[in-house]
Amino acid sequence: MTLSTLFPLGWQHYLLGGLTIGAGVALLYLFNGWVGGMSSVFSSSWSFVSKRAFFQQARFINTRNWRLVYALGVVLGALAWRFALADGQAQHTSVPVWQLLAGGFLVGYGARLGNGCTSGHGICGLGALQLPSLGAVLTFMGTAFLTANLMNLA
Amino acid sequence: MNPHTLTFPKALVTLVAGSLFGFGLSLATMVQPEIVISFLQFKDWGLMLVMGGAAGMAMLAYKGFPRWFAHPFLGGQFLTQPATWSRQTVMGSAIFGVGWGLSGVCPGPAIAALGTGNIDILWALGGIVLGALAQGLTTRE
Repeated sequence: MTLSTLFPLGWQHYLLGGLTIGAGVALLYLFNGWVGGMSSVFSSSWSFVSKRAFFQQARFINTRNWRLVYALGVVLGALAWRFALADGQAQHTSVPVWQLLAGGFLVGYGARLGNGCTSGHGICGLGALQLPSLGAVLTFMGTAFLTANLMNLA
Repeated sequence: MNPHTLTFPKALVTLVAGSLFGFGLSLATMVQPEIVISFLQFKDWGLMLVMGGAAGMAMLAYKGFPRWFAHPFLGGQFLTQPATWSRQTVMGSAIFGVGWGLSGVCPGPAIAALGTGNIDILWALGGIVLGALAQGLTTRE
């Protein structure tokens, strides 16, 4: 087993990208004191539209403005990468539409039910050494491994 | 005062922090569902380095900053977001994983797709928006 069997496309960009993501999370904490998971914005933003008690909880109302700004930053950062390192080319994916749509729905439903996604539990939760987040990560990694490999067989 | 109040300086920092997040996701090719799926099929272990590198930085921040500094630089307090272990956490995470394995997309990369110009992924972004709505509408709290 060599590095190139584990990382056929190289490993440096993965580590550097991960550290950059972490730097963003750290910066948000150092200056503002806020924990920056990504999936909450999808619930907190619905509070602008839905008067339902669930969406009107303080944890969504209080954070909905900065979470939108944070999401806007993600878009700008991706845009900067595209024009700095990808020749401005728009990206494409060959994953079928039904998988994107159905998968996306389950991602949104599940991340909000489980109170976190790959960033909320995987980066922030593990970073804060929270055992429940480790459980969440192992759970979603498990079902994701299963699903992706079943899809590969199909 | 609400510790989440968004002053102009805090908004600026939030924008920069989000930009680093989005740039890092793109640099690490996590915005490409094919790469994520190849990890989930054990063909490329890069995602471990991405999550490990990011979680390592986050650990430094969450464990270090509250010890080294009395307050965040722009005021307020170092907030925590305790995770709980419940039936909902398990069910939600399991469902999230199925969707992630099916699409190769998770919330951060779905948002970043607006910047990389990957309009295909807007299907997944729309799915996430609707999934989060469905969760809120079916949960009593």
